[in-house]
Amino acid sequence: MTAELVRGQNHPLSVARLEIRVSASHPVVAGATLADADGRIPGAEWVAHPASPRVPGLEVSRQAAAGHRLAVDLDALPEAVHRVNVLLALPSGGNGPASFGAMAAPFLAVTGTDGAEIASYTVTDLDAESAVVALELYRRQGAWKVRAVGQGYAGGLTAMLHDQGLSGAAELAASIDEAVAQGVARAVSAPPAQRTGGGTGALRTAPAGGAAADGRDTGAAARAGPAAGQGPGTGGSGAGAAAAQPPAGSGPISYRHPGRSTSTPPEPAPAAPPAEPGQPSRPVAGDATGWSMEERLYNQVWGMFEDLARTTAAYRSAVDFAESRLEQELDRVLSDPRTRVGPAADAAREEARAKQAQLVEQARSVLDRDLAQLVAEAEVVEHALPAAFARWDSPVWQGYQVPLERPMALRLGDLHLPERRDLRIPMLVRLPLQRGLWVDSGRAQGGPEAGLLDSAEMRRLAVDCAVAHAVRLLAVHSVGDYAVHVIDPAGAAGSALAPLLEQGALREPPAAGAQGVSEVLARLTRRVDLVQMAVRSGAVESLPPDLDTGEHLLIVNDFPHGFDDRAVTQLRYLADEGPSVGVHLMMVADREDARAYGPVLDPLWRSLLRITPVPDDHLADPWVGHAWTYEPSLVPVGSDVMRQVLWQVGQARKAYGI
Amino acid sequence: MTVNLSKGQGISLQKADGGTLTAVRMGLGWQAAPRRGLFGTRTKEIDLDASAVLFADKQPVDVAFFQQLVSKDGSVRHTGDNLVGGAGQGGDDESILVDLQRVPVHVNQIVFTVNSFTGQTFAEVRNAFCRLVDESTGQELARYTLDGGGPYTAQIMAKVHRVGTGWQMTAIGTPANGRTFQDLLAEIQAVL
Repeated sequence: MTAELVRGQNHPLSVARLEIRVSASHPVVAGATLADADGRIPGAEWVAHPASPRVPGLEVSRQAAAGHRLAVDLDALPEAVHRVNVLLALPSGGNGPASFGAMAAPFLAVTGTDGAEIASYTVTDLDAESAVVALELYRRQGAWKVRAVGQGYAGGLTAMLHDQGLSGAAELAASIDEAVAQGVARAVSAPPAQRTGGGTGALRTAPAGGAAADGRDTGAAARAGPAAGQGPGTGGSGAGAAAAQPPAGSGPISYRHPGRSTSTPPEPAPAAPPAEPGQPSRPVAGDATGWSMEERLYNQVWGMFEDLARTTAAYRSAVDFAESRLEQELDRVLSDPRTRVGPAADAAREEARAKQAQLVEQARSVLDRDLAQLVAEAEVVEHALPAAFARWDSPVWQGYQVPLERPMALRLGDLHLPERRDLRIPMLVRLPLQRGLWVDSGRAQGGPEAGLLDSAEMRRLAVDCAVAHAVRLLAVHSVGDYAVHVIDPAGAAGSALAPLLEQGALREPPAAGAQGVSEVLARLTRRVDLVQMAVRSGAVESLPPDLDTGEHLLIVNDFPHGFDDRAVTQLRYLADEGPSVGVHLMMVADREDARAYGPVLDPLWRSLLRITPVPDDHLADPWVGHAWTYEPSLVPVGSDVMRQVLWQVGQARKAYGI
Repeated sequence: MTVNLSKGQGISLQKADGGTLTAVRMGLGWQAAPRRGLFGTRTKEIDLDASAVLFADKQPVDVAFFQQLVSKDGSVRHTGDNLVGGAGQGGDDESILVDLQRVPVHVNQIVFTVNSFTGQTFAEVRNAFCRLVDESTGQELARYTLDGGGPYTAQIMAKVHRVGTGWQMTAIGTPANGRTFQDLLAEIQAVL
């Protein structure tokens, strides 16, 4: 009777002389390890493998082949041996498959010397493994049994031998590989597996009878039969052992319920096309970690930011070093009276200058290489950015639709370094904003346009800039989640705010005059106070019904015009406490206007993120602290995109009845 | 295969197949020696710190250590301070990753040091080692054992320096005393 084993199942062996036939679709290495009662291999001499094919009672073939016959004499095994593992491995190198998953499942049959099949096992469910313990012959209460194991190892022979407690597993695996490689090299002309007929008395090979010739047929017949091994033929203790043995998985056990998915797995990152040899790989948008494309792009932009900061730091540090070395060397030439003048001095100076030029050139070439890669990456990333991360002139804003949820970040502008002005890194800030914004309408300090613009022009630009940011904030939030309030005591920003008013983005006209200022501030202060109290005491449901839970943006123009001391204090309270409860501040102000307050307002300015309406190099990166030139993201001149976006938002608001 | 370095011995970081290394990792592992005594729980924890100092023409220009985990150019990264050791159970407790391709052109030597921040000498440390691993393959290139370091609180372990277009590692193993790498700068100058 033939038992077709499934993984973990065992079967008694009634005869001592066995032959194990292996059939595979590609050449495999067959071997066997002898283990003691604890399942450990005491030493390398207990392993039968192509480099050393014989151990007492067992012989394997010397090379990789698609078919093997392993002769086993259980009676001739040393007394200490309690377990024989029959293993298969894929030869490394060559053009065969690299893992068992890439080929048909190997088939093993245990037969007696007369060719009668006792048990068979098809090693299924293998994937990335390149070595597998296929069968195990083991001693149990004086009798031998065979068990189908099917334990695969992605780490190959080394991992398998190591797992069986063999010290020097890597060396043995290497020697096996080498022997197999030699066998493969030999195999070109050598005749097929030459099997020696019993070197030791114990070793006997099966007569090359019909069983070998039609081995596949009997195997197939055995598979076609009913699951005989699970029938009553299996001994009681054997069945118990089979049940106790967990099904050996091919690789780590997955505890996941097959029919349940707890959360949506992240969509796979876009695969980078393979790089041309000798070329850096072509950049791909979204080539970063994250659960969504948005998060990946955000992380990629920050990765580019850091890479640019650091590669520039390396360049600047190399250039600085070259300069200081040049100075030192020139000093040395000068300080030595013998070399101060004359041709020797000139030569020394020349040499020092050449050294400096060479180092700078080297540094520049490294920088250029990195910058070229970043420019290429910025190019693909810029086109893939969603609206919240994109420039106003990006096509995604033309096809704008009101989103259903808030994005994770917002683009406030671009950042660049003087080394490469056309390499713009999007400046993304997380939403909800952690700190307020301050659009500085004062005189730009370092920008190229500083001094060219008069104060009135700067104020106008600052208001335009603030409106562009406000529209962007409105547009990326879902309908009704974001409300904008404006304090404009003197009405100075009237025309810039007109689009917001026309489309109903502002629920009421800008608060004017001292009274308007105090009214708006009092309302928002009350809201912050109530929500904070509710959150602290865990009583959010007891908030008054007229309090909406959306976020609020307060734009303050012309500060401190129209503000009394009480209003200033309230404003500081909003700047400090507002962000945590969804009340955000955007100041459009010139610090000089408020200098009468003295240093008491310094904490307010420091707590706000300063951005400018014109390019200005005032922002530092968190890694190296370079001064980055910030450029606000403004609507291109003559473009109607902001009005369109506001119209869409207004339509959506009407549709929702808000 | 791993090379057990002895003092002053150098190995080239060229790969066997002729390619140069792109990323190496310096790993530091240790365990506190148990103290005999009544209050076993009062075993003082030992904080060893690995640092990498980048030198250009014998001038220190950059560093990666527990207070600045990434060098300014981003080429050398410290994976984080370990205050007690033994967490790796024979593995690395602190690691410094060096992206050799990204090291600025003027930096021609990187010196790895170990300091005992808590002040115990190496005589009180067990199973301390420093090793260099090819980060792209995970293969150990060199290992240096610190045990029985004697009454010292610091050691200059090894340096990786430019040779031609590639890099070479030299074991140094000079004992010294100091709490952080700054205390060792004079000693380091001697081995550059």
